[in-house]
Amino acid sequence: MGLTLDFLALSPYAGELARGLVTTVVLTVVTTLSGLMLAIVVAYLKVHAATWVRRILGGYVELTRNTPFIVQLFFIFFGLPAFGIKIDAITAAFLAMTLNLAAYTAEILRAGIEATGRGQLEAARTLGMSKLQSYRHVVLVPAFARIYPALTSQCIIVMLGSAVVSQISVFDLTFAANFIQSRNFRSFEAYLLVTLVYLLLAVGMRQLFLLVGRRLFAFRQGGLA
Amino acid sequence: MIEFTLWDIVRNLLLAARWTIVLSLIAFIGGASLGLLFTVLRLSGNRLLKVMIGIYVDVFQGTPLLMQLFLAYFGTAALGFNVSAWAAASIALTLFTSAFLCDIWRGCLEAVPRGQWHASRVLGMDYLQTMRHVILPQALRLSVPPTVGFSVQVIKGTALASVIGFVELTKAGTMLNNATFAPFTIFALVALIYFALCYPLSRYSRYLERRLYDAGMR
Repeated sequence: MGLTLDFLALSPYAGELARGLVTTVVLTVVTTLSGLMLAIVVAYLKVHAATWVRRILGGYVELTRNTPFIVQLFFIFFGLPAFGIKIDAITAAFLAMTLNLAAYTAEILRAGIEATGRGQLEAARTLGMSKLQSYRHVVLVPAFARIYPALTSQCIIVMLGSAVVSQISVFDLTFAANFIQSRNFRSFEAYLLVTLVYLLLAVGMRQLFLLVGRRLFAFRQGGLA
Repeated sequence: MIEFTLWDIVRNLLLAARWTIVLSLIAFIGGASLGLLFTVLRLSGNRLLKVMIGIYVDVFQGTPLLMQLFLAYFGTAALGFNVSAWAAASIALTLFTSAFLCDIWRGCLEAVPRGQWHASRVLGMDYLQTMRHVILPQALRLSVPPTVGFSVQVIKGTALASVIGFVELTKAGTMLNNATFAPFTIFALVALIYFALCYPLSRYSRYLERRLYDAGMR
């Protein structure tokens, strides 16, 4: 039996594909931002907070890094309602992706923070910078510049991993592909097209991060690998 | 309805975890073999091969593993082959693993300073001798920690095989959940079993990395 590909069979479903693409992009953008913010807090506390706080956060980071994302997602979506916390699929997806990205990024960021010499912070304080100012300009921003390539990869991994949220019926790109193939049985074409879209998203994200990084960290020549 | 005790749940999950381990081993061994082949081909100096392997690596790193699984499962069916979930999951995870390991190992080979190539040539060694006596021993040492670290990604990756109907740990979890309606307990246990598999490997990888770092090689 020969293979006959019919990509035109997908054209009536352009609307579903667009809807899926929008969901994937929005989920990625929102969780990248929220994940980063949470990661900064976690990384800061993991370096500076009391021992018991560090222990708890260490547990969160290790648990997240050593279990599959799909299990984390199922745990949040199916498991939390057992406690009376009822959340819809998109919120669960958002929560799981944020917690996942934050755990990985906090660990990357912590290494970046710890690479800052103590003397630099003291020097900034001597120059009259406030505690917050010196932390921001001397520790946080250089740490971000240092870890930026790793951060880029991590955000792309989370975007690709978001394909899994289709399993709790979030209408993302993968869900759109599943939907289409259940209607017209053109599974190969649907999955191939959507895979290509993911690839373009990944390439696009890398370029975007590169552009933003060049602007943000222009002061660090050669700081970006 | 059958009543499930906690022990029933744990026992069933542990039985299913066997298949997670088997699939991980298949993917890791298959992926390492294929990755090694690609690494060697990349070094062969053939420009076309190099570009093609580069594209292969980028495609597998730039697309979701879930899509790779779907394509392996439904794509082969569209080609007229009737492939089991076992075969599809093994193929997809092997290819996925090979792409990442090939990339990791290329990094390790490139991490050996170029000057050593020149020095070996000056000493009269040919390409193969240099590779065997100078470059490979160092690259191998460098490659162990990230390779062990990546095995964690492989184990976690096998969880996605549940989506195409392969009954491993995650799928067993969802099936048990449908039967018992105890999602909190079940998915916590599932996560715990994955953690028990992955955490020792993560720790070991970090330990190896630190030892390498302390030895002054990086």
